[in-house]
Amino acid sequence: MAEQSKVTFIITRQDGPDAAPYEETFEVPYRQNMNVISALMEIRKNPVNSKGEQTTPVMWDMNCLEEVCGACSMVINGTARQSCAALVDQLEQPIRLEPMSTFPIVRDLIVDRERMFDALKQVKAWIPIDGTYDLGPGPRMPENKRQWAYELSKCMTCGVCLEACPNVNDSSNFIGPAAISQARLFNAHPTGEMNASERLNGLMEDGGIDGCGNSQNCVQVCPKGIPLTTSIAAMNRATNIQAFKNFFGSDTAL
Amino acid sequence: MAEQREFFFRRLHSLLGVVPIGIFLVQHLFVNHFAVYGEEEFNKAAGFMAGLPFVLVIETLVIYLPILFHAVLGVYIVFTSRYSTRRYGFFRNWMFALQRFTGIYLVIFIAWHIWETRVQVGLGHADVDYSLMEGILSSTPMFIFYLLGVISAVFHFANGLWSFLVTWGITQTPKSQRVSTYFCLIVFLVVSYLGVRSLITFAYGV
Repeated sequence: MAEQSKVTFIITRQDGPDAAPYEETFEVPYRQNMNVISALMEIRKNPVNSKGEQTTPVMWDMNCLEEVCGACSMVINGTARQSCAALVDQLEQPIRLEPMSTFPIVRDLIVDRERMFDALKQVKAWIPIDGTYDLGPGPRMPENKRQWAYELSKCMTCGVCLEACPNVNDSSNFIGPAAISQARLFNAHPTGEMNASERLNGLMEDGGIDGCGNSQNCVQVCPKGIPLTTSIAAMNRATNIQAFKNFFGSDTAL
Repeated sequence: MAEQREFFFRRLHSLLGVVPIGIFLVQHLFVNHFAVYGEEEFNKAAGFMAGLPFVLVIETLVIYLPILFHAVLGVYIVFTSRYSTRRYGFFRNWMFALQRFTGIYLVIFIAWHIWETRVQVGLGHADVDYSLMEGILSSTPMFIFYLLGVISAVFHFANGLWSFLVTWGITQTPKSQRVSTYFCLIVFLVVSYLGVRSLITFAYGV
């Protein structure tokens, strides 16, 4: 191409956690196969907005650049997704970038996803095997179970499901779909299963699984195609049974 | 172990919506449908329900208290959601929003309906019979108010039945959830027909 074409970005910016958000427009020179992150890097190299004014570089979060870490999630043209996997050629222009407003905003496009990690702690989304001596190999996992559990293990805590969920917001304490699915993953593991009731009780705590309103946006938007609503329904069944065990008493209650 | 009260209340909310409130709704619209067979038939059916032993106790335990609980927690749930059908226009997201919208309409409708057809009767100002409903529904604004009320109630029940099946972990796979969507659609159409058909008879005598 003889003449260099430009790509227009309209970015919702915010100078700090308590600052007021504002929009700024940038014109970025087009390159073949560029993604949203490469455009943001271009802005960082030359932080001049479309009016020709010098401005601060736009801040964003990123890490792996191949859609496995979940750090670069943002709302691109109204849809929450990873900016590394968002190709400029496939996006309608002007391209609008906004932070995922479900989360506290740190600066510009950077959000604080700490609530997701707190949620993983609430449901004990790990397998406790630490001890003072070698416990030996654990029980084997059936292959068909491993196959669907592998799908659940693709979760990268990116926050897209929480952004799309109508019940995750300032006025609700709902844990969100990601951690519910992780509880299912670790309860499916033959060693993790030994602590299954602890995870279920975590899901039943205030702000737990009961906050789900079945809008099923999460399963539609998950970039990894995780069957989140199946996980939620499966954990609904498991927590209900656990609740009966807790109340009526059983040797497997706790 | 932290507090699990919310879990209990939300599960109770889900259960009460189907048993007893949903069952009551279906029964109520079945009895109303006797109006289609004539004034005499309706008065007989309504008289049978009103003449049940311990009727006030049954009403309180099966209807008033469950609906009151369902309504109070339901209104709270409505105001803790952020509606996003413009951004995420998926079918289930629309159902989610409609479920909450009809819920709010029903709080208003049911309060009015109880006042008009139960409290007034209890105070001795009216009798539950065909002519009471005929008098109310012959005004067009009231007919529309009741028509929306009945359709909202049946939608809220049918869609609530779908989420009940998910909340209680009965339908887990996408396929079973899809089949139960069609099942609940049939429930919606059949029960709506019963309700709307009797409204038309009350209002227009046909």
